[in-house]
Amino acid sequence: MLYNYYPGCTLSTKAKALDQAARACAAKLGFPLVELPEWQCCGAVYPLAPDAIAERLGAARALISARDKGGVLVTLCSACHHVLKRVNDDLARDEEIRNKVNAYLEVKEPYQGETKVLHFLEVLRDQVGFAKLAQLVTHPLTGRKIGAYYGCMLLRPSKVLAFDDPENPQLLENFLQALGATPVRYGMRNECCTGYMAVTNPGLCKQMVGEILRSARDEEAQALITACPLCRYNLVANAAPEQKVPVYYFTELLAQALGLQTEAAPVQAGGEG
Amino acid sequence: MVDKVQEQVEALRRLAHTPLQDCIQCGRCSAGCPVAFKMDLLPHRVVWELAQGNLETLLKATAPWQCVSCFACQNRCPRGVSPAAVMEALRLTAIRQQGANKYDAAQLEHFDPELPQQALVAVFRKFNK
Ligand code: SF4
Ligand code: SF4
Repeated sequence: MLYNYYPGCTLSTKAKALDQAARACAAKLGFPLVELPEWQCCGAVYPLAPDAIAERLGAARALISARDKGGVLVTLCSACHHVLKRVNDDLARDEEIRNKVNAYLEVKEPYQGETKVLHFLEVLRDQVGFAKLAQLVTHPLTGRKIGAYYGCMLLRPSKVLAFDDPENPQLLENFLQALGATPVRYGMRNECCTGYMAVTNPGLCKQMVGEILRSARDEEAQALITACPLCRYNLVANAAPEQKVPVYYFTELLAQALGLQTEAAPVQAGGEG
Repeated sequence: MVDKVQEQVEALRRLAHTPLQDCIQCGRCSAGCPVAFKMDLLPHRVVWELAQGNLETLLKATAPWQCVSCFACQNRCPRGVSPAAVMEALRLTAIRQQGANKYDAAQLEHFDPELPQQALVAVFRKFNK
């Protein structure tokens, strides 16, 4: 199977660590990622209005390109995952949106949502399997108490994203367990970090981040993992000094557990104490 | 005048594209909304006002600019209604007017260079046209 890969705007720039560790791990785990030859930014937020056609085109182009290359599209950023899956769902279910997008892009063979969009974590869970992954770990994260931060974009709306139980997700905890770490479950793990409000309402962002970190620290998390560059940024840059904890991309810890080192994601010493 | 209001209400409903009439006003959406404490009109109320056609109340509300599009409301609604989509319809109705951008791009100069691109793209999608 060809694993077409959509990195998205942020993984090509600010979140290189998320991207590079993922590519190295995927190759090692037998599903090498092949970046789509041409892709555009997905728009970062899903356009809810049915008449927002232009806003759906970046995602649509990637979906069509993946359809023509075997039909699977893997992505890593929570926001790209969210937008790609939802636009794909629109193209499968909403005749008006589908017709307009196909007409605008002059698609030879009309696209109807055939591409299977997978988050990297879904490939790990469903195709590699966490039992198998645990066997491949050479540098287990033994003794490290790590909290998973899901945020919103991975989980909701669950009918469309079909990623995990939106109210009691398990995927990242099972992932941490496979790496040998001790997953820490805390109440705020699926609450929103306020995302782009970091720009327009930093006070609100700091308040929400404070609540998330308090919840994680109350359960004794020594570090957090996330799949989203904006979640990571908010949890680090908008944390109160006394609440700071290290926040890693999940792929950084995966690379570490597999004994891989990449330029942007050097093996970390697990110094979260 | 009345027709003009009705027209705008219908336009909003088309943009929101969610079954307003199915809402039972249970308040579950508002109970789980992470920024409800900041809102002048709670998510369940926004749905109600649009179902009633109370245009003026809706256009005055600042709640859409507090909403973070986290989709908790939509996910938890027992009736398949999306208050998030009503919030988006209200934002779009405002910013699609000439010169009605909500975010002044000049402010970006003062932002942290570490800010991920996705945040900027998102702001320009949500607050500007
Ligand atoms: S959760 Fe749904 S049914 Fe209940 S008040 Fe909100 S929109 Fe209405
Ligand atoms: S999408 Fe908006 S209205 Fe709905 S729960 Fe999130 S912040 Fe509240």
